[in-house]
Amino acid sequence: MPELTAALQLIATFDGDLLAIILLSLQVNLTALAFALVFGLPLGAVVGLYAFPGRRLVIVTLNALMGLPPVVVGLVVYLLLSRSGPFGVLGLLFTPTAMIIAQTILVTPIIAALSRQVVADLWAEYDEQLRSLGASSWQSMTTLLWDARFSLVTTLLAGFGRASAEVGAVMIVGGNIDRVTRVMTTAIALETSKGNLSLALGLGIVLLLITFIVNAAAFGVREAAARRAALI
Amino acid sequence: MRSPPPILPLEVSDLCYTAGGERLLRDISFTLEAGSLTIILGPNGAGKSLILRLCHGLLKPTGGSVQWRGGGNPARRHAMVFQRPVLLRRTAAANISHALKLHGLDRHARAQRTLAALAQAGLSDLARRQARLLSGGEQQRLAFARAWALSPQVLFLDEPTANLDPAATRAIETTIHGFRAMGTKVVMTTHDLAQARRLADDILFFNRGRLVENGPAKPFFAAPRSKEGQAFIAGEILW
Repeated sequence: MPELTAALQLIATFDGDLLAIILLSLQVNLTALAFALVFGLPLGAVVGLYAFPGRRLVIVTLNALMGLPPVVVGLVVYLLLSRSGPFGVLGLLFTPTAMIIAQTILVTPIIAALSRQVVADLWAEYDEQLRSLGASSWQSMTTLLWDARFSLVTTLLAGFGRASAEVGAVMIVGGNIDRVTRVMTTAIALETSKGNLSLALGLGIVLLLITFIVNAAAFGVREAAARRAALI
Repeated sequence: MRSPPPILPLEVSDLCYTAGGERLLRDISFTLEAGSLTIILGPNGAGKSLILRLCHGLLKPTGGSVQWRGGGNPARRHAMVFQRPVLLRRTAAANISHALKLHGLDRHARAQRTLAALAQAGLSDLARRQARLLSGGEQQRLAFARAWALSPQVLFLDEPTANLDPAATRAIETTIHGFRAMGTKVVMTTHDLAQARRLADDILFFNRGRLVENGPAKPFFAAPRSKEGQAFIAGEILW
């Protein structure tokens, strides 16, 4: 297969185009993941911890939003950021920032829904003890998030997986502009349709590799935690 | 260290607790005074654990009241140790330190108090071990050390030795005597008659959600006034 050989060559020689695309992908995915954690973890903890009117509805909504179609999110963000949209003046459409916004919207429900489950399970165990010790709501929340840290690694992983595999939303709001908003998934789609299979294949291999490494690292962390300290 | 104003006596009046349409406790009245060790005795399902949780404030009564009459602010002046110790996924030392942090102690005071509590419980060697990897007996001793570190005026114990072997039970009972010697009011539930005989100064005997007998331990064990009390002492199963 000449394409495969060419693809491996691109990777082995640290081809400039390839590298730029990989770095931008990681930048967009990780930034979106960071924002999703900032919004999603507290949201998940609050919903997991407190009883309030409409809580069931919030849980169902969060779970449903985990399956949000990326192209729909792309379309909505596109409409919001387009010249005639409410945030058009910011001039964010077709920038990496727009892609980060779209991915944050996609990943936040995953982080929130999964961390809610983790926090709720742990709360069932800690509830009486923490109230007995006089913990405030804020103290309970931080205690739970810290003690659930190893279980939350899985949550993080699911979020990263969603962001890095996603193509529809970033294509719509980023525009797949060479050296500006072209990321691995959009490049693969484009190069495949152009017939430039070696670059597409090279990117595909790198994407798989990154996914594998991230999963292996997370698995290692969980294993170590479980073995060392029965922490999970 | 100046000791804070006392929170005892604890006055429980006409206490009722209903859950799921079922009256689990009805018209309970008693007063807990400082000093003595009070055992809440009774068969399974008598409502012993409920009473502790209501006194400690983990549950809200559906009728009647639980009032601290001593004048001191009761918040964080009474602690509880549960039948199954609930330990955080942290080291033994961090479990104690975390509780002290919740009580507002600064870092320096926390470190000192944690060391003292571990030493007092004979757990110094295990300070850096993960709490949840300790044996059942060690875990319960750690839960007691955590309570000790908080210097409570009143300590509620919910069947603290129910899951332990005789050696670990003995260690816990020694700790309980230590609390009593320090002047901490200990209020403990048990269904173990022998343990109640070993520890009790006063008895609150419950059966089926009612307080049946309330008084000094010796006369109760020598000659219970109620039929239920006599049956329980005689080892007959209560209906």
